[in-house]
Amino acid sequence: MSFDVGVIGGGVIGCAIAYNLAKFGQKNVVVFERQYPGAGSTGRCGAGVRQQWGLEMNCRLARGSVKIFEQLSSELGVDIEFRQGGYLVLAHTEKQIEQFEKNVSLQNSLGIPSRIITVEEALEIVPYLNPESFIAATFCPTDGHANPLLTNYAYAKAAERLGVKVMKFTEVSGVERSNGVFKLTTSRGDFEVGCLVNAAGGYSKPVAAMVGVDIPTYSERHQILVTAPVPRMFDCMVISFTSGIYAQQVPQGSFVLGIAENEEPSYNTNSSWQFLEHITYEVTSILPVFGELSIVRQWAGLYNKTPDSQPILGEVSPGFFVAVGFSGHGFMIAPKTAEIMAKLILGIKPDIDISYLSLDRFEKGELIVEPSVVG
Amino acid sequence: MKGSDNDIIVCRCEDITLGEIREKIREGLTTTEELKRVLRVGMGPCRGKSCVPIIRRELSRMLSLPMADVLPPKDRPPVVMVKFKSILEGSEE
Repeated sequence: MSFDVGVIGGGVIGCAIAYNLAKFGQKNVVVFERQYPGAGSTGRCGAGVRQQWGLEMNCRLARGSVKIFEQLSSELGVDIEFRQGGYLVLAHTEKQIEQFEKNVSLQNSLGIPSRIITVEEALEIVPYLNPESFIAATFCPTDGHANPLLTNYAYAKAAERLGVKVMKFTEVSGVERSNGVFKLTTSRGDFEVGCLVNAAGGYSKPVAAMVGVDIPTYSERHQILVTAPVPRMFDCMVISFTSGIYAQQVPQGSFVLGIAENEEPSYNTNSSWQFLEHITYEVTSILPVFGELSIVRQWAGLYNKTPDSQPILGEVSPGFFVAVGFSGHGFMIAPKTAEIMAKLILGIKPDIDISYLSLDRFEKGELIVEPSVVG
Repeated sequence: MKGSDNDIIVCRCEDITLGEIREKIREGLTTTEELKRVLRVGMGPCRGKSCVPIIRRELSRMLSLPMADVLPPKDRPPVVMVKFKSILEGSEE
């Protein structure tokens, strides 16, 4: 069978790119997913949606994505549980406050309503915070959270309604280029595609290697857990760049929380007891009340990282596009990024300049320095 | 397909009925993992102890698959619910 565009990876990035391609009128689009939409990193992520970034491009991608998230449930026809309870970013040092002051003034200039707040103001938003554990914070009320499983599912279903073929349980094992097309060997037969998109998340590097392109991505385990549901305690995401912790109560009442850890590059998605100890210590020091919450389940997913923890987007070889290396913040910028990727593939000029995120920045040594990355 | 048993609550942690599960299977979800992610069945405090056997049986029946080919979702730690407090106390010892 042959298709005009083939997307490898049925996570939120791959499904959203396919959906946007179809929305812009592209026919004959196929998504190859090794398992099923949401089986990989998207279905394992914390799913916070933060606009509080330190670089203009990231602020624009996040702001654009929030605008899309705000109406995405009605656009895709599935309630993706997007809630704007805000993000509360804790500052622990004077140096962090200085950085946050710069960030906030940039964010405000781009229409993001963040502000620096005192410990007392933070306690009004989250009364359970330990006032001894931070010295100030920033808060952006329009940041939020969505259900990543339902968002991924909704994009896949909406793409299918527009004619996209989503092939589950179809692993691509080989790519050959000949006469301007890509010939794919998969676990469900051979396919030809005119243009190929790598949205393989944790497996972006081996997928690029099949096409003969070397990309500097690697994967890293990140662990996360969910608590038993409790009555509503607070609406915002609480994060700290110092410990790398984040915690958010989801609409169903459970808290979902994770923390950055020192990890070697690997494809390991097993859980560890060391993580439980580590996150217990950190979460109870900022939110002592968490001692009384019960952990139901822990799991792990892969951050697909790059040397500067920023994604690689664009065409890296004729007809071969990548949307990879999101480094743990792919979900939150997926809606806008997917729209931009679809435009690039169709030769339409995007409204946000993402040339900074090209693959050749690593060769040129033009790495991006974003001060506000978790993990 | 019997209509009368569609109202039976299969997942008591998340209030999901047999009818809702059947609807998603008809829509194209073919594994317990997919149903878990979309419907939350098996995600609650009981950890799928009551719903998973029923869901596997329904998948087997509707898709004409042997039970052995309908796998339960991955078991994840901890084995039983545990309070953060207990971990904190345990690690201080």
